[in-house]
Amino acid sequence: MSAIVDYKNVIERIGEKFGAKVHSPEDPFGMLTLKTDKDSIIPLLQFLRDDVEMQFIFLTDICAVHYPDRAEKFEVVYHIHSFLNNLRVRIKVPLSSDPKIPTAVDVFKCANWMERETYDFYGVIFEGHPNLKRILNVDEMSIFPMRKEYPLEDNTRSDKDDKMFGRINVNREN
Amino acid sequence: MMSKPQNIKHASDLVEKQTITLNIGPTHPATHGVFQNVVEIDGERIVSGDSTIGYIHRAFEKIAEHRPFYQVTPLTDRLNYCSSPINNMGWHMTVEKLLGIIVPKRAQYLRVIIMELARISDHIVCNSVIGVDTGALTGFTYVFQWREKIYEIFEEICGARLTTNIGRVGGLERDFNDIAFKKLESFLKDFPKGWKEFENLLVRNRIFMDRTRTVPVTAEFALQYGFTGPNLRATGVDYDVRVMSPYSSYEDFDFKIPVGTKGDTYDRFMVRNQEIWESLKIIRQALDKLPDGPYHADAPQFYLPPKQEVYNNMEALIYHFKIVMGEIDAPKGEVYHSVEGANGELGFYLISDGGRAAYRLHFRRPCFIYYQAFTEMVKGCLLSDAIVAMSSMNIIAGELDA
Repeated sequence: MSAIVDYKNVIERIGEKFGAKVHSPEDPFGMLTLKTDKDSIIPLLQFLRDDVEMQFIFLTDICAVHYPDRAEKFEVVYHIHSFLNNLRVRIKVPLSSDPKIPTAVDVFKCANWMERETYDFYGVIFEGHPNLKRILNVDEMSIFPMRKEYPLEDNTRSDKDDKMFGRINVNREN
Repeated sequence: MMSKPQNIKHASDLVEKQTITLNIGPTHPATHGVFQNVVEIDGERIVSGDSTIGYIHRAFEKIAEHRPFYQVTPLTDRLNYCSSPINNMGWHMTVEKLLGIIVPKRAQYLRVIIMELARISDHIVCNSVIGVDTGALTGFTYVFQWREKIYEIFEEICGARLTTNIGRVGGLERDFNDIAFKKLESFLKDFPKGWKEFENLLVRNRIFMDRTRTVPVTAEFALQYGFTGPNLRATGVDYDVRVMSPYSSYEDFDFKIPVGTKGDTYDRFMVRNQEIWESLKIIRQALDKLPDGPYHADAPQFYLPPKQEVYNNMEALIYHFKIVMGEIDAPKGEVYHSVEGANGELGFYLISDGGRAAYRLHFRRPCFIYYQAFTEMVKGCLLSDAIVAMSSMNIIAGELDA
């Protein structure tokens, strides 16, 4: 079955419905990338899913990216897929340093654990999520480890003696 | 599907709860990996459940932000460790997409052969373990010799067996040698007979069918919960990354996508069985059509030169030094690439800011996404069916926890 819509149609239809709220379409490595704000993301996902000719019925992935040097420090990235047209679309939502965004669980059930993972590593609060708690890290953890301010090696550890390998343990005397 | 009350007479003023809380895992032989399910059971039926995962989380995404691209390959080995070569090559193809490297046809065909072998070995493990969980240990003990044969081929190609670290960005580290081809031919000759034996044992086995025609999943449910791979195809959706967005020359081969109808445990088992036959067809075609030519792309800035060259050739020495010391920057950009892993769509979302390492790398791990449906799927089912359903979903703890 041949595709009904292509990227151009998708951009047009989103433009008719959302106007300037969904902006800066790009096409890096052949995947349509759009930007929107946190108030439009859920209606946008719903619109793309329910439109009879587009049918982006599959949520491939949700993840976040931390940009400490930008004004909007976080970005939540959604990848959705239309099997009917074999199109993938990436939607980015920039967020402030106190990241909050509505949950997509009501649109795609599989968003549940993806959002929990994103919260776990970046501290993005998904408002309205049924069970927003840590998933891969321990519950007692107080930081969000994938943020860029946390180094790969934990400087508070004292059980590692790496002085032979040129690494300095800052918390140890001598 | 909510359970009927059991035939136990409770006093009318009973304050004790009438269900039993049962822990399956974290280290339980039935979970085949380290993860936990806490289920409430009423008699033999599951009322509700909750999954806890993360016991072997190893922070791969964080590590990947600090390592050059070629050092991420061993991390991908440890995602779905039953079919590491698929992960390795998926990662290499992602980087090649970012760098714009075109891999020669021969390398693409060799990759297809390796990936299909890995798929077969993964399906052998999963399907024989479904047999084990229904009480048929015999099949498992017999078909593991075929996995061993596949590992011997891997050993011949790259020197490793389970966590293979096979190939490099730009192609393969070496061509197949004659022994590898010989072993491959003898595998293709003998394996169908062995696998037929296994199928005869289970496919029309009354006891096995009674045990596995349980825990059905509808296509709508599967799509809502992000199922991919054999689990999605068992529900009747013919989504396969190899066909929808072909990579590594999959479009050159003639093969079918097997689909199921009911999405129950039996369908998942049968889809995998059928995929093994299709994989064998792909390997046969790739071997027959295998083109001559180089086994890696000419990308000296990213492809580690052979050690022989490094010792004898100035240029190779320079590039080796530059690659190992991390002096070559990748271009800016962001790319999503996915491959059909043995248990679903394995995706890599790579953001490069122009440095030597990834700015952000996210693994779309198929079983992390579909495992959340498990407790919902088994609601109202018998406990013993839930165990079989769990192994039929092919959950790999390493991939679950990243």
